[in-house]
Amino acid sequence: MRRAAKERNAFSRRAALIGAGQALVFGGIAARLYNLQITNHSKYALMARQNSISERLVAPERGLITDRFGVVLAGNQQHWRALFMKAMAPEPNAVLENFYALVNITSAEKARIARDLAGHPGYIPVLLKDYLDWQDMAAIEVNTPNLPGVIVEVGASRAYPLGPVAAHPVGYVARPNQEEAQANTVLALPGMRIGRAGVENEQDTVLRGVPGFVQTETNVHGVVVREVAQDSGTPGENVTLGLDAGLQQLAVQSLADNTGAVVMLDAVNGEILALASTPSFDPALFDTGVPTAVWNSWMTDPRHPLLNKATCGLFAPGSTFKPTVALAAMKAGTLTADTIHTCPGYLKLGSHVFWCDDHAGHGAINVVTALQVSCDVFFYKVALDTGIDPIAAMAHRMGLATDLKLDLPNAATGLVPTHEWAREHRISWVLGDTVVQGIGQGYTQLTPLQLATMMARIASGNEVQPHITRRIGGVLQPASTTAAPPLNVDDQHLAIVRKGLFEVVNTPNGTGYAARLLLPDVQMAGKTGTAQVHNNTSTQERDNFNDMQLAWAQRPNALFIAYAPFETPRYAIAVVVEHGNYGAQSAAPIAHAMMTYALQHDPAGRDTPLTGPLQTATPAPPVTGT
Amino acid sequence: MMLESSLSLRRPFRDRSFGLLHKFLRINWLFVFCVCLLAGVGYAALYSAAGGSPQPYAQGQIIRFAGMLVVMIVIAMTDIRFIAKMSWLAYAAGIVLLLVVMKFGHTGLGAKRWIDLGPIEVQPSELMKLFLAMALANYFKRATPEQTGSLLFVAPAALAILIPVALILKEPNLGTAIITAAIGATVLLGAGVRWWWFAIIIAVMAIAAPVLYTHLHAYQKARITIFLNPGADPLGAGYNIIQSKIALGSGGFFGQGYLHGTQNQLNFLPEKQTDFVFTIIAEEFGYAGSMAVLALLFFMITLAFHTAMTCGHMYGRLVALGVGTNLFMYCFVNLSMVMGLIPVGGVPLPLVSYGGSALTAVMLGFGVLQSVHVHRDVEFTGHTDD
Repeated sequence: MRRAAKERNAFSRRAALIGAGQALVFGGIAARLYNLQITNHSKYALMARQNSISERLVAPERGLITDRFGVVLAGNQQHWRALFMKAMAPEPNAVLENFYALVNITSAEKARIARDLAGHPGYIPVLLKDYLDWQDMAAIEVNTPNLPGVIVEVGASRAYPLGPVAAHPVGYVARPNQEEAQANTVLALPGMRIGRAGVENEQDTVLRGVPGFVQTETNVHGVVVREVAQDSGTPGENVTLGLDAGLQQLAVQSLADNTGAVVMLDAVNGEILALASTPSFDPALFDTGVPTAVWNSWMTDPRHPLLNKATCGLFAPGSTFKPTVALAAMKAGTLTADTIHTCPGYLKLGSHVFWCDDHAGHGAINVVTALQVSCDVFFYKVALDTGIDPIAAMAHRMGLATDLKLDLPNAATGLVPTHEWAREHRISWVLGDTVVQGIGQGYTQLTPLQLATMMARIASGNEVQPHITRRIGGVLQPASTTAAPPLNVDDQHLAIVRKGLFEVVNTPNGTGYAARLLLPDVQMAGKTGTAQVHNNTSTQERDNFNDMQLAWAQRPNALFIAYAPFETPRYAIAVVVEHGNYGAQSAAPIAHAMMTYALQHDPAGRDTPLTGPLQTATPAPPVTGT
Repeated sequence: MMLESSLSLRRPFRDRSFGLLHKFLRINWLFVFCVCLLAGVGYAALYSAAGGSPQPYAQGQIIRFAGMLVVMIVIAMTDIRFIAKMSWLAYAAGIVLLLVVMKFGHTGLGAKRWIDLGPIEVQPSELMKLFLAMALANYFKRATPEQTGSLLFVAPAALAILIPVALILKEPNLGTAIITAAIGATVLLGAGVRWWWFAIIIAVMAIAAPVLYTHLHAYQKARITIFLNPGADPLGAGYNIIQSKIALGSGGFFGQGYLHGTQNQLNFLPEKQTDFVFTIIAEEFGYAGSMAVLALLFFMITLAFHTAMTCGHMYGRLVALGVGTNLFMYCFVNLSMVMGLIPVGGVPLPLVSYGGSALTAVMLGFGVLQSVHVHRDVEFTGHTDD
């Protein structure tokens, strides 16, 4: 018995020791569990979340750009594209290999994909292929199990229903370049575009919107089990332009094969109703990437299709500058309605002869007639009497050669020379320079938009500010609602000039008579311009050389500015046809067509009724003259 | 002398009448309750592993468990002296099975472990652990301190351990081989073999380990390498360890909720219903749940030790010690593996992991354990204790 008890005790001792050892091990396991589950919980919870939840950003839909009546000028076209989320793929490279076997991808694109994969943060998918066709779609769909992380989604590409017609004012978008994508990761999202020109560029941040996200739960194979959360983001705001698609189309049609620009303004609030520049280009090409051949053809085209000639093209205004000269002279007191200058057909200054357009001469005429028949000698003399600085000051007041703070990028400022400018540029100013300043030649360089602005200001007597954006997100912009401040030019002076412009179009002797409106009870006032771009020899000048015999690039530019209705101005227009010879010949008919359309359809009047301030600015007081 | 005259079934129990009903009532029902509770945990885990469905794991497993529960009760009421008599036979049968599996066994996951016995698959190495404990217990059941201190007496027992361990290693199944060796060593220790002999062996093993490493199977080497640095190959073999740790760690204190563990439900752990079943509990029930299961397992081991310490005969003590240690080793190897503490080895969590072989072996062991408990007061003939 004692031996058995001893044996049992000995065993129990050993078993207890073994049990204690095992208990110790269990304690170790419990401690390890505590370490994993409590101490490091947040770390592993995050890892579990990253395991299963993959978040990716989704590009917002870019806002539309429409004309004033909602005609879409820049919209979004849906297409299918394949994206890749590397975080969802257990073996990204194998997935890419599988994808390349199914869908044809160029080696350059493969290099781009590899670069994006390395560079993008995990929540930004990498674009594999845009514009999938049905064959690609089917191949991807069938092979889904081999393509974890590959997402086929509806993407939007930018579409421009009017194509080249509104390409210059609307602009275009392109894929962000690498630097931009690095600076702002949101731009790295497939489908994100940056506005590169026009309104697309000016209102880029407004149009862009805020990206949304999709959180999906994926299993170990990268197969999406369910969508956990979704935020479609905020689509970009729609931008409504002052443009009227009808007018815009007509402007481009009227310019036809000519190189030139047309700007039509609402003379009351400064809204741009049409802004055409020819030749134009297909803005949609920038969305996908411009083919090299097309790009090269644009770059070598002497007619510069990419240049927005309406806001960036600089032209000598020619005779369209004369109204400003007249106003400057009247303000300076060197000209009144009764001032008479005699035109013998030329002005001799020292040894140099400055010819009038009509070598036979216009005789003794006042300012209204001088405008009507576009007498050069009259304005040579006025310019000589007035001097260039008062002319430049008046030009600036008319919006010429000034920064109009246009809501379009890269608008040119232009130039109306002053003595100070001449000094700064080390130009020795001679009287001859002042003479040609009177007819808008020489150093003067202006944009069609500025000429339209000048026209609107003369017409309304207000400091009209041109702008193209009418509404953002449906909200009427202040520029379209606030009344333009008075121009601070004597109403009598304006009335004299307006009368001259009226006679240009509405009297048989007027240079623009052919362009007169054929509508009942409404008249247009305007001014022709023919600006030489080629220095003819003095012999050619004397012989009244026919410029039409020159090579196209050396022919004079044809200009025409106008406003209507004469009594209650609403529309102001500037037309420039490059190398179109006489303004009356090629520019005035366009203005006629545009103005007729505008008055018949009244795009400006339909949304903003014609009221108030306009009536005080007009009608012009009766002016008596020859 | 020891084998043939050790017990006589014809001999009536000396002290009291010992009918079947009495035996039935003497079963440690607390232990049986724990067994059922653990099987219930297993059912819940397997139900979750199937994404909230009794198919394909939970239902089959619980039916197998019910069958084995009956077998366990039957064994529990079988006379321990008969079991003792069968010990060497069982051991010999186990060795034969191991040899058979080497020749004809199914190859699964790079190892030959399985024998197809009609409807059930048997893994002889699982059975071998029990048979080894029984054989050793039988060998030492009347050993004197002088004998246990004699190298000559202990040597055959050491050989009896080494033969199955070598065969299991050859399968290869490193995890089970280690468990088998540990059970053998524990039984020897319980029998009174000098502890410092084990110290010497462990020291020799530590020195020999680098030599042995070069002879390991490629996958075993890979497991050790990956264990040492799981991040090196996150989508290869180390993937399991990382995903397992993520599952455990993401559980937090109360877990992500039943059937809501993302690691489990989204299949980030392959074959999680077998060796990695504990991750399901830990992820979905958190630290609270995993500690509860840990406590249950530890309580069951304690009950086994209690049976061993309250047993009147050495055979029962050593067998109970062996069964308890087997349960402990299962838990230790499986949980350590799941937590990334030791290299991965094909060791399931008993009664929780999906699979029939481990369940069969464990329930047979529990049956023998309960037979010890029921027959704790029987006397082995020839045992001169008074």
